[in-house]
Amino acid sequence: MRTLSFKTIGQYGIAIAFLLICCLLAFLHPKFMTIPNLRIILTQVSINALLAFGVTFVIITGGIDLSLGSILAVAGITAALFAHPDAYPLVVPLVLAIGAGVAMGGFNGLVVTKSKVPPFIVTLGTMTIGRGLALIFSNGRPVSNLSDSFNFIGGGTLWGIPFPIIILIVAFIACSVLLNKTTWGRYMYAVGGNELAARASGINVNRIKMLVYTLCGGLAGVAGILLTSRITTGQPNAGVGFELDAIAAAIIGGTSTSGGSGTMLGTLLGALLIGVISNGLDLMNVSSYYQLVVKGTIIIAAVVLDSVTRKS
Amino acid sequence: MSSSHAGTVLEIANLSKSYAGVTALDKVQLTLQKGEVHALMGENGAGKSTFMKILAGLIPPDTGNMTLEGARYAPKNVQEALKAGVSMIHQELLLVPELSVAQNLFLGKEKTRFWKYWIDSDALNREALSLLQPLGLSVNPATPMKHLSIAQMQLVEIAKAISNDARIIIMDEPTSALSDKEVAALFGLIRQLQAKGVSIIYISHKMDEIFRIADTITVLRDGKYIATHPAAALDNAALIRLMVGRDLADLFPPGSPVEGTPLLTVSGLSRKPFFQDISFELRAGEVLGVAGLMGAGRTEIARALYGLDQPDSGTVRLAGKELALRAPKEALREGIGYVSEDRKALGLVTGLSVRQNLTLSSLRRHAPNYYINRSSEYTDVAAMTRRLQIKTTGPEQKVNNLSGGNQQKIAIGKILLANPKVLILDEPTRGIDIGAKSEIYNLIRELAGAGIGILLISSELPEILGMSDRILVIAQGKHTATLSRQEATQETIMHFAIPS
Repeated sequence: MRTLSFKTIGQYGIAIAFLLICCLLAFLHPKFMTIPNLRIILTQVSINALLAFGVTFVIITGGIDLSLGSILAVAGITAALFAHPDAYPLVVPLVLAIGAGVAMGGFNGLVVTKSKVPPFIVTLGTMTIGRGLALIFSNGRPVSNLSDSFNFIGGGTLWGIPFPIIILIVAFIACSVLLNKTTWGRYMYAVGGNELAARASGINVNRIKMLVYTLCGGLAGVAGILLTSRITTGQPNAGVGFELDAIAAAIIGGTSTSGGSGTMLGTLLGALLIGVISNGLDLMNVSSYYQLVVKGTIIIAAVVLDSVTRKS
Repeated sequence: MSSSHAGTVLEIANLSKSYAGVTALDKVQLTLQKGEVHALMGENGAGKSTFMKILAGLIPPDTGNMTLEGARYAPKNVQEALKAGVSMIHQELLLVPELSVAQNLFLGKEKTRFWKYWIDSDALNREALSLLQPLGLSVNPATPMKHLSIAQMQLVEIAKAISNDARIIIMDEPTSALSDKEVAALFGLIRQLQAKGVSIIYISHKMDEIFRIADTITVLRDGKYIATHPAAALDNAALIRLMVGRDLADLFPPGSPVEGTPLLTVSGLSRKPFFQDISFELRAGEVLGVAGLMGAGRTEIARALYGLDQPDSGTVRLAGKELALRAPKEALREGIGYVSEDRKALGLVTGLSVRQNLTLSSLRRHAPNYYINRSSEYTDVAAMTRRLQIKTTGPEQKVNNLSGGNQQKIAIGKILLANPKVLILDEPTRGIDIGAKSEIYNLIRELAGAGIGILLISSELPEILGMSDRILVIAQGKHTATLSRQEATQETIMHFAIPS
């Protein structure tokens, strides 16, 4: 467990910021620290967290993925198209939606590894392609009338816990294990830390890059299912700008944009921090215009605090 | 060599520094005369880098006094040190590759006109030229830095120090990437600076250089001041004794004659324009030295054998089996390991830990189902750390905090953990101290004794002569000679290494 504590040191900054803001909000608003509200926060955070977990893998290898929001929309529409009541078994929309995410992520990975074009450009292109695909698949209109079983995923509860929270926890554990306990995770750090040395160490660098983009796409597919199910409609315009919140969560959580470092716990805390801030401002009836300004400021402050605590 | 400029320029006393409880420097002292070349010697971890970083304003000392020309000297940062006239030329050159020579030279103090933010590029280039020409560097100042050779970059760094009116220039391993000719030019330049009253603090592991250039030698060991002597009063053996605190037995351990069967057979290997028609055999348990000038194609041959580059033609057989090496992954699987000359770029992921680096090439052994078995990984790491005597605070220490010698041991250990049958070592002792060198020589003998075939690429002829059972000489990408241990001398090697 020594490695865990060693890695967590870097996260004290973000953890402290998170706790301070929670205390502040609890003090400012009596409703904040209640079980129903915490459930709302976690449910809302789950989508951004799934995207952020995926993009953390990508950023650790030194890449970036801007197409997450569009992949989410494609997956969401795909799910909705096959989730009408009495049309197909539930597994069909789920598999197709995740498959769409995996395919688009795989496409990103393929172009990044084969063409050597910077991932920023490649995924910027995929972002536009994906948005187009979502509009084509849906004829530009929302897809509604979804089955109850499908709507359970985003709206139902299991043992009193909203289902999205369960998905969040499972995804967090799976991503943490993948990153910390497997050769793939180790190789991701190596590729991001020094790609040449990773190759010279006998690592198949392209395979690792394919893996992270595909994983990221798959997780965006799951997020698309969650969103579509929660709002009980497939929206072709869903998820615009979600990639930026996801990247923000990863970076707030201490993932280095130059690659080679970052943890899932940090990213989870980053996503929670963003979620808690939005929720707190909602509770205090702050207008959504002001919310954006406050949110951006707090994101910067959290990162500054983090870098200060890291240095000392 | 004595200097006409008498007088003390820098006086340092009782300087101490510790990191997280570990003492790096313990009451170190140094007296620097005006216009002298003062060599600072010591093994890796002796505290030389910490000492020089304090002097250059990169880190503050815990305690101690520094007096620069009578005034208290306590630089808070590099800028203050530069202003006081102390410039450091780093081993890893701190230049911006995309900017031009002139832009690098005047970075942070650009000449301007019309307005204080309007850069006068013409003036910049003109002044750069007038700085560079006396140093014998004839490049267009508008050339991007990345197009220069390492030797040329070093000259730019020195020009930068001169333009800062440096009174003290610290040179950290300035010749590690220079050819003999370039070294001679650098030494000429140092003499010129000396004549102008500039003092040089010179750090190097190359003994012959130290005795050629230094007036005075100060030795540190384990963070402590050991002694200061005039260079003329010391010889090789005496200096080594001061540095390591004991007599070093013969640096090169003896080998025994090799009669093994051919392990690696290379025939007609070509990759134009780097090398052509290279053929040789490496026997099990043999150390085959590869000599040649810089740029002769030695590293390129090694890279092709390791699958880093694809040769145009030729065959490589390992124990009779023909190999098609498309990637290092395949070379390692077949049993060919390569330790690069450039450990920062190719050897290590410096942001990761000792453990993560050591097991990078053999991780699958600990993870049959991709899930890493930590205890098995730790066992290997602990065993290799002990075997190579790698000095760390623990397996989780980041590699970039380690000395060059220890980093090199990790780069070697990583490949050894992949159990190679053939080990290619490219400049394995570059930039590391004599104690670590001797350990690596012993390791090479031990590995050869265990039946591993070793290809030893080195630019240091004593190393090639001392370690090799046979020597392959390469000149301009062609194999010009194979010499036995008996017939090889510095002269014969150079005869075949210099292109006719």
